[in-house]
Amino acid sequence: MRGGAALLVRLLRNPIAAERIGPEAWSEVIAAARAESLLGSLASRLGGMPLPAKLGALLDDARRDAERARVQALWEAEMARRALARLEVPVVLLKGTAYVAAGLSAGVGRSIGDLDILVPHHRLQAVQAALIDAGWEWVKEDGYDDLYYRRWMHELPPLIHRERDRMIDVHHTILPLTARRRPSAAALIAASERLGNGLRVLAPADMIVHAAAHLFADGDLAGGLRNLWDIDRLVRDFGARQGFWTELEQRARLHQLLGPVARSLRLSAALYGTSVDIALAGPARLSDRMYIRRLLARDGWGRATRPAVRLAFYIRSHWLRMPPLLLARHLWVKARR
Amino acid sequence: MRHNLHLQIGPASFRIGSAWAAPIRALSALYQDYPQAELPCDFTVRLEPQKPWRRWLRPSVSIAGDYVLPGAAPLPLEHGLLAAEMGMNLQMALGQKRLLLLHAATVERGGRALVMTGESGAGKSTLAALLGESGWRLLGDEFALLDPDTGLLHPFPRAVSLKNGAIAVLEGKVAADRFGPLLVGTPKGHIRHLRPNREAIERAREPARPALILFPRFGADLPEAVRGVGAAEAFVRLTQASTNYGHLGLRGFEALTRLVTQTEARAIDYHQTATALRLVETLWAEDAA
Repeated sequence: MRGGAALLVRLLRNPIAAERIGPEAWSEVIAAARAESLLGSLASRLGGMPLPAKLGALLDDARRDAERARVQALWEAEMARRALARLEVPVVLLKGTAYVAAGLSAGVGRSIGDLDILVPHHRLQAVQAALIDAGWEWVKEDGYDDLYYRRWMHELPPLIHRERDRMIDVHHTILPLTARRRPSAAALIAASERLGNGLRVLAPADMIVHAAAHLFADGDLAGGLRNLWDIDRLVRDFGARQGFWTELEQRARLHQLLGPVARSLRLSAALYGTSVDIALAGPARLSDRMYIRRLLARDGWGRATRPAVRLAFYIRSHWLRMPPLLLARHLWVKARR
Repeated sequence: MRHNLHLQIGPASFRIGSAWAAPIRALSALYQDYPQAELPCDFTVRLEPQKPWRRWLRPSVSIAGDYVLPGAAPLPLEHGLLAAEMGMNLQMALGQKRLLLLHAATVERGGRALVMTGESGAGKSTLAALLGESGWRLLGDEFALLDPDTGLLHPFPRAVSLKNGAIAVLEGKVAADRFGPLLVGTPKGHIRHLRPNREAIERAREPARPALILFPRFGADLPEAVRGVGAAEAFVRLTQASTNYGHLGLRGFEALTRLVTQTEARAIDYHQTATALRLVETLWAEDAA
């Protein structure tokens, strides 16, 4: 397969390959990287390499933009911290904001959208009230959506700040309540690590478990290359620590996410060349190839390709999230709008 | 994509792909004198059917690319040229991360630039096109690109988008071969694109120092008026005219502060194009000289 996502992955894995890429192909890599929200990561990865001037300027812009995203994400986290400080509730940053707050490689060049936080379930009401007090407002007005979120989801309906126009997702666990797997939110919070400003991030192993849950046990793999890149970077940061792989296996088992964690390690190794623990990753499976086909379904014009594979993963995502009857009802309500 | 074209417009290069041949043909005719695009392209634009069968059946062009506006309505294939222009504008509006982008028309004389910004319908494009044919160099009718590092304005001389009454005004002054096809009944009425003159295209990489900011307002029964605009008001109005002010963070704030504190600003009301042109020349002589 030429161009597009496959070439993007090759460059992320091995920046030296950049020297052999022609200007036309660069246009394709850039379009694919933007579509996969990986241009900032790619630009950071290629930093310091001797590249043609025009390309270099384009990557400079991407790096500067990622730096702005980092500062903005940290500021938004600080705003949430201030809003919630008097509650004395543990506030755990998740995903992109956590990576930049903890100074991890996964945060370098990363695009960051919403602020994701995890708080204890029994404090949700208080957290919600404090956020609304501090200027956040509900995004969805629809009664069904609101009820659906509150009853079945792992997070509150999204809130947006009325002045800063930034969204916050307040999680109380990391998978929908309808999913078959039940991670332990209490264990995630109990093992979380405190940062200098009082905010918290997940423990290293839990961070990878969450990234894997996000990638394989929840969505339809949209944005999957970026999420898998997070996993690659996290494993490279933590993999050499004493006892890390045992810890990862124990935590994955505890959270009922051994399968997704193993799969994410195999795919990360296959696409990004990550060094992983062979025992935990397990032997390659035939289905891994389907996942790789889905992850690389993007051409050099930034277009989504392989519609059948995409559809299959879309259906799978709903199947994983909901028991059949609930799924049928949910699709029925959505279709009647 | 099989039908495609690269375009260099001022500092930005675009790669435009289309599911149909016609929009690319129209684009390459309209942009025939433009320099070769510098690769890799800054932005990719795609003109594609919203659903596969809409490629043939009542073909409609949906605008896609690096940056998209969710929910934007597709255009009929006859308006494919407009779709391409909108696609390029969208990439600049949402994707420009280095230069502060102001929704403004800009012309230059003697190395100094006049920036005109106002609501849609204020006559920016018409005034810029007319000035561009009478002793000024057209920098652009849609976006002024302020460089935070230098304080200079970069040209963005895309084809001028003339609407409704303005079409006949320019048809009377400019050779027919510089016009695109007349697009009838677009969401903004009739549109006809005008290729800037040779000088504007050849000097498209040559920036200019801002010298005067005008906020024109057009109204059929609006009495002629000129009013001074303070730096604070100019600042606020320009933030509203910028699509990426927030995105540039401190750099955007500093660039805009420098612009409004070092450049005179005036608001003008007019009901006839001739009046506006006269006011421009008078104010330019007073403020910019």
